[in-house]
Amino acid sequence: MTLRKGMQMKLKLRKRRTKAEKAAFQPEYSGLSRQNRLYPYLMTGPAIGFLLVFVFYPMANMVRLSFYDYNLVSKAKPIGFENYRTLFFVRDDFRKALGNTAIYTIGVVFFLILFAVLLALWLDPDSFMNRLLQKAMFTPHLVAMLSVAYIWSWLFDVEAGLLNAAIQFVRLSPLRWLNDATLAIWCIVLVSVWKSLGYYLIIVLSSLRAIPSEIFEAADLDNTPKLRKFFRITLPMISPQLFLMLITITISSFKVFDAVHVMTDGGPGNATDVIVTYIHRYAFRMNMKVGYASAAGTVLMVILMIATFFYFRMIGNKVHYQ
Amino acid sequence: MQKSQISRYNRLPYRLTRRLEKTASLIFKLALLFVFLFPFYWMIITAFKTYTESILFPPTLWPKTFTIASFVEVFSKMNLWHYLKNSLIITFSVITIQTLVTVPAAYAFARYEFKGKKIMWALVMLAFMVPNQITFITVYIMMARLRLLSTLLPQILPFGANAFGIFMLRQNFKQIPEEIVEAARLDNAGEIKIMCKVMLPMAKSNIITVTLFSFVTFWNSYFWPLVMTDNDKVRPLTLAIERMKDAELGLNWPTLMAGNTILMVPILIIFVLLAKKIFASMGYRGVK
Repeated sequence: MTLRKGMQMKLKLRKRRTKAEKAAFQPEYSGLSRQNRLYPYLMTGPAIGFLLVFVFYPMANMVRLSFYDYNLVSKAKPIGFENYRTLFFVRDDFRKALGNTAIYTIGVVFFLILFAVLLALWLDPDSFMNRLLQKAMFTPHLVAMLSVAYIWSWLFDVEAGLLNAAIQFVRLSPLRWLNDATLAIWCIVLVSVWKSLGYYLIIVLSSLRAIPSEIFEAADLDNTPKLRKFFRITLPMISPQLFLMLITITISSFKVFDAVHVMTDGGPGNATDVIVTYIHRYAFRMNMKVGYASAAGTVLMVILMIATFFYFRMIGNKVHYQ
Repeated sequence: MQKSQISRYNRLPYRLTRRLEKTASLIFKLALLFVFLFPFYWMIITAFKTYTESILFPPTLWPKTFTIASFVEVFSKMNLWHYLKNSLIITFSVITIQTLVTVPAAYAFARYEFKGKKIMWALVMLAFMVPNQITFITVYIMMARLRLLSTLLPQILPFGANAFGIFMLRQNFKQIPEEIVEAARLDNAGEIKIMCKVMLPMAKSNIITVTLFSFVTFWNSYFWPLVMTDNDKVRPLTLAIERMKDAELGLNWPTLMAGNTILMVPILIIFVLLAKKIFASMGYRGVK
C-alpha cells in the first residue's frame, strides 16, 4: 500500500517536472516574463468578478428559490417541486404566457429575417435614396422601446388614433387594435419588427457586401438564373450571419417586456401576457410570490438554454462557414 | 399562359420597361421611407398640438394652433431636471466602469494564454446568453438586503462587466497583427506600455462604438429601473415619462409625446453626428 503511494507520488513528481521543463524549453506564446504571469488574471479578474456576483450567483440563487415558498417577508419554506406543479398543472395562465411568447417569437423571427434579407437585396446598390432609407430604418433601433411603444399606442388608439382615422377615411369599420384579444399580440409583433428591422438590415447588408464578387462573376459566365444564384451562392454565403441573427432574435424575443408592459400590460385579459411580464407580475405585484416567480424564471432560463443548444446543433451543421 | 405573358413583356420596348421598373422601385422606396419616418413626425407634431386638437376627428396633419404648452408642462410639472440628472449619472457611471473592466479583459482574452482561460471564456459566453430578465428577482433581493435600493447603485453595479463588449473587443484585438506587438517588444516596451500605446489606439474606434451602444442602452433602459427602484429620488427619465401616463386623468397624448421627444433628442443628436462611424462598425458585428 505504502509502496503504491510512493510510486504515485513519484509519478506525480515526474509529471510536474516534465511540465516545468516543457514550459522552460518552449517559447512562450505571449512573451510574458515570469513575474508578468499575473497580468491576465488581474485584467480578467474584475470582469469575471462582476459576472459571478451579478449574473451567476443570482442565477443559482433563483434556481434555489424556485424550490421554496418565499415572499420576501416570511421565512423561506422548502416545498420541492410544488411551484413547478402549480406553474404547469394547476394554473393555466403560465401556459397562456408561454404560448403568447412562442407566437411572438415565431412572428418576430420570421418577419425580421424575411424582410431583412429581401430589403437588403433590394437596397444593396449604393445610391442616395438607399443610404437615406437605411438611416431612416435604423433610427428606431436607437430610440427607447418605451418611446416607440408610446408612439404606436398613440397610432393604435381606438378613439383618436391615426390608423383608425385612416381606416374610417376609406369607409371601413375601425379596428380595436390593442384592445382586441387576437389582434393585440400581432400589433406588438409589428412594433418590434418595425423597431429592429433597420438594425438587422444593416447586418445582412454588410454580410452581402463581404461576399467575394468573383463568385458572382463566375456564375454570370455560366448564365446562372437570378433565383438559383440567390439560393446557391448568396444564401449559403450569408448563412453564418443569418444563423447568428436567428439566435439573437430568438433570445431577445423570449425576454420581451418593455413593449408589452407599455402597450397592453398583458391585456386584454391575459391575451398578450408573456413570460417576463408574468414573472414580473408575480414577483412584484401579486403578494411578492418570489419563489413562484423564480420557478417561472427558471423555466425561461431552461428554454433559452435549449434554444441555444438546439440552434448550435441542428442548424450549425448546415451553415456554411467561410 | 405563362409563355404568352413573357412574350408580351418582351414586346415592350426595353427603355420603357426600365423606366417602369425604376418608377415602381422609387414609389415603393418612398412608401418605405414614409412607414419609418412618419411615426416620428406624428410624435413631434402631436407634442405641439393642444389637447383638444389632438383628439379631433379627422386628425389634423399640421397643428392649427402651434403651442409649446405640453413641453412647458413636462418641465414644470414633473421636475424634469432631477430625472435627467439621475439618467445622466447612471449612464455615465455605467459606461465608465464598463470601459475600465471590459477593455483589459477583452485584451487578456485576445492576447494571452493562461491557466483557466477556457473556463473563464465559457463563463463570459454563458453570461452573454443570460438576460437581465432572468436575474432581476434575485439581484433585487440582494440589493434590498444590502439596503441599496434608495441609491443609484442597483442601476449601475450589475452592469459593471459587459459580456457582449468583451466578446466584440476581443475579436478586434485579435485582428491586430502579432508583428506590431513583436516590434514593440524588440524596442523593450513593457506589457503595459504595449497595451496602452500600441493596442489601445488601434482598437479605439471599436471601443468608442461599444461605449456608444452602451450609452444608448442605458439611456433608454426601462425594465431594470422599473424593478430596481421604489422611490422618485432614484428614478431615471424613462420612468418619469412612463409615470406621466398614470398621473393624468385619461391619456394626455400631447404631454406624453412631448416627454418622449425630449427623451429622444440626445439619441438623435448622437446618431446624426456619428452615423458613419456606427455603420462602419456594424460590419464587425457578428462577423466570424
